[in-house]
Amino acid sequence: MTEFRMSSLDVLRRLRAVRKDYDIVVSAMGAARDWMALGSHPRDWVFVPSSMGQATSLGLGLALARPDLRVIVLGGDGGLIMNLGSLITITAQQPANLFLLILDNGVYEVTGAQPTPASDAGREGAPPVDLAGLARASGFRAVYRFNNFDAFTQELEAMLDTRGPVFAVLEVAPVAGAPGPRSPGPAPARAREFMTALGRMDAMTRGREDAE
Amino acid sequence: MNALFRGEQVAELLRECGFTHVVTVPDSTLGAWETAIEESGMRLIRVCREGEAWAIAAGLYLGGARPLVMIQCTGLFESGDALRNVLHDWKLPIPSIIGYRSYLNQDTLPGDTCLAFTEPILKAWQLDYRLVKEPGDFELMAEHLRASLAAGTPGVVLVAEGKA
Repeated sequence: MTEFRMSSLDVLRRLRAVRKDYDIVVSAMGAARDWMALGSHPRDWVFVPSSMGQATSLGLGLALARPDLRVIVLGGDGGLIMNLGSLITITAQQPANLFLLILDNGVYEVTGAQPTPASDAGREGAPPVDLAGLARASGFRAVYRFNNFDAFTQELEAMLDTRGPVFAVLEVAPVAGAPGPRSPGPAPARAREFMTALGRMDAMTRGREDAE
Repeated sequence: MNALFRGEQVAELLRECGFTHVVTVPDSTLGAWETAIEESGMRLIRVCREGEAWAIAAGLYLGGARPLVMIQCTGLFESGDALRNVLHDWKLPIPSIIGYRSYLNQDTLPGDTCLAFTEPILKAWQLDYRLVKEPGDFELMAEHLRASLAAGTPGVVLVAEGKA
C-alpha cells in the first residue's frame, strides 16, 4: 500500500505562494475544488464543468496558443488515466511552457473514493501503475514524483523554471467525504472573462519583457 | 484516394478563413490533406483520440488562436462528452470538418452503420451541419465555414467519403 504523505491543500497552498501573476492555472475535479478554496485569480481556468480527463488537453491548447506564458495544469490520477493518450499528444508538440501536476490519491475522490484501476486497491494484486514512468516513456523533458512535502517545497520553483513539458506526480491523501467542485459561475461568461484576462496579460507580459 | 477535394484546395480555404491550427485524427480522405495544410502554414496537431481534439481546440481558442477540428464520424461518436463540454457548456465556437465514412460507397465496409448514426448524432448534439457530397459542393463548404466563423457558431462540414 502506498504511503501518502502530503495534503492536497498544503501542496496547492505552496503552489499559490510561488505562482507568478502571468501564469495560467488550469484546475479540474478535486484539484479545482481545493484550488478555489484558496482564492481566485483572473488567469485561473477552473475547468468546471469539464469533460473528465480533458484538462491536460485543454492545457496543451493554451500552452500552444500562448507560448509566452506558463501553463500549469492541476489534475488528478483518475482524470489522467481517462486521457493517457494526451501524454503522447503533448510530447509530440513539445510545449516548453506546459507543466502537468497530477495529484495522485489513488481514488475517484469526488464520487466516494472508489479505487482507480491504476491504484493498489484497484488492481487485484497487480502492482500500481507508475504514472511518472508513463510520462517518462512518453517523452516529457522532466518528470518528478513527490511524496514528501519538504522535498516538494524545496524543488517546486526550480521545477517550474525547467523547460517543459514537465510532468509531476504529487502523492496526496484522499479527503474522506470530499464533495465535488462547484462551478463558480456560468461557464460561457467565465470563458469570456478569462479571455479578457489573457488579453490584458498581453500588455502585462510585454511590460515584463521590456523590463528584462 | 477517393476524396472530393484536393488538399491544396482545402488548405487554401482554411487559410483564407484564418484558421491557425487544425486538430486532427486522419482517415483515408482527411489524412490526404495533411501535407497541404502543413505547407500552407497552419499548425497540424495530431491527437491520439478524438476527445482530445475538442479540448485542445478549446485551449487554443481561449488563448486567442483560431482552431478547426478535423476528424472522421467514428471520432465524432467517440468524442461526444468532450464536444458537449466545449461547444455547449462553454459555448466555444469551434468549427469542424467531419468525414462521413462509407457515404459514397460501401465497398470496404458493406452495411457500415456509420450511415445510420452519423447524421442523427449530429442532430442530437444540435450541430448546424452541411453535407458535401460532390466536387461541386466545395463552395457550400466554404460558405458554411465562413458563415459559422462570422456568426461565432460551431458549424460542421460533413464530407462524404468513399473509403474507410
